[in-house]
Amino acid sequence: MAERVRVIIDGESLDVPAFATVAAAIAMRGIRGTRRSVTGEPRAALCGMGVCHECRVTVDGRAHVLGCQTLCRDGLSIETTR
Amino acid sequence: MNIERVDIAIVGAGPAGLSAARMAARAGGRVALIDDNPRAGGQIWRQGPTQAPAAPLRQWLDETRSHAKLIVMNSTKVAAAPGDKRLLLERDGAPLVLAYSKLILATGARERLLPFDGWTLPGVTGAGGLQALVKGGMPVRGERIVVAGSGPLLLAAADTARRHGARVVAVVEQAPFARVARFVASLALTPGKLAQAVALGVACYRTGSVVVKAHGSARVEAVTIRTRGRDETLEADRIACGFGLVPNTTLALALGCSTDERDGAIHVDGAQRTSQRDVFAAGECAGIGGMELARVEGAIAAQAALGVAIDARLVRERDRWRAFARRVARTFELGADARAMPSPDTLLCRCEDVSIGEVAAHASWRDAKLQTRCGMGPCQGRICGEAASVLFGWPRAVARPPFAPVCIDTLIAARELTETRHF
Repeated sequence: MAERVRVIIDGESLDVPAFATVAAAIAMRGIRGTRRSVTGEPRAALCGMGVCHECRVTVDGRAHVLGCQTLCRDGLSIETTR
Repeated sequence: MNIERVDIAIVGAGPAGLSAARMAARAGGRVALIDDNPRAGGQIWRQGPTQAPAAPLRQWLDETRSHAKLIVMNSTKVAAAPGDKRLLLERDGAPLVLAYSKLILATGARERLLPFDGWTLPGVTGAGGLQALVKGGMPVRGERIVVAGSGPLLLAAADTARRHGARVVAVVEQAPFARVARFVASLALTPGKLAQAVALGVACYRTGSVVVKAHGSARVEAVTIRTRGRDETLEADRIACGFGLVPNTTLALALGCSTDERDGAIHVDGAQRTSQRDVFAAGECAGIGGMELARVEGAIAAQAALGVAIDARLVRERDRWRAFARRVARTFELGADARAMPSPDTLLCRCEDVSIGEVAAHASWRDAKLQTRCGMGPCQGRICGEAASVLFGWPRAVARPPFAPVCIDTLIAARELTETRHF
């Protein structure tokens, strides 16, 4: 259970438990926005189960990936749009 | 394009889908179990870094490992239902066609999230949403959390948060005390639910109350709770607020299955068959009723899809859990305070940032969509459409294919599928 992986969030590396979601990894840096809304408001994960799309981020260069439905693995690059 | 052919396709790997898949796989046919999450279990048996698989899930995983003809497709979205008993899926960014003889919908439910002033601030989540995020590894240690909304899920969410080191400042339930108390008293008759009844004894549980405002500039800093017209503001880091569950019926509606106008559930007969001959539905999508009911319905749906006699014991069990579900629904029915219209500048549609005031200026959901773009973002109105139906009494929004944002390749595949009826 103690296995850990290293991901890169906005250029900073972060050690997280294996099988943590990307949404969880982002929240490990504190409660703050993970994307900007169409009018520029900060937003973060809301539904936690793949419905609301608020937690979408860019993962390994792929845009609009749902953080709550993506698991962290070693070397994963996550970009938020704060 | 990749085509997978199966006897029975099951959409959703929560309790209903898993139960259906096991029953179907035992019969020896080719079965596909599709789920958009990376791992099986649904919401209630969600696995995570500190979350070993729940006992029933572990049992399922152990048993089904040997079923060579059971294909489990995780992280797989259903993009469209192009007809001729085919589903267009997307997995690893690539389209895939699944052809089936029988289809079992076990698409579960989502939370009913209702807007309040400040609900777009980081730190506001659903109640089940908080639970899902925490199970996924989101840390809440030391955080002050207000759990709010309605239903037994609030207590489960509060319990999860507390076990992960959070301080639950209040559990705010909209249903009045008398109704909740009557419900708790009746739980003595339903042994399986006793644990929840005990949990109801938590000190910070407030009935007849709603959250009216989240305060903060870049994140939640405090929350205002209204109890019978009196407001109180508490400091908090998070607000986890959800008003019960809504059946997920996007795929069912696209397939032409009839649904209930009132609660949105897919209509099923005694064999869990929908209004479409070869389509069955089980679990929350066929009516909110909890994990136990979902498991039983999943098994019944599989027996019906296999064309074997339905076990009478399962039917009796289903009826018992359905009776319990009706009691829960009556207890936690949304009252006037929960349905109260928030201020006009509160956002209704979070995808397109459309306020309640802007939407209220229109006579129907369709008009509002055309004029304001509400409900036209990536969630396709799954959040705000439900809120609009509660606040304005409009019929529920219906999503269109693609049911979720997909890659261009999948869109091209969808087009090819509708042009060539046979492959």
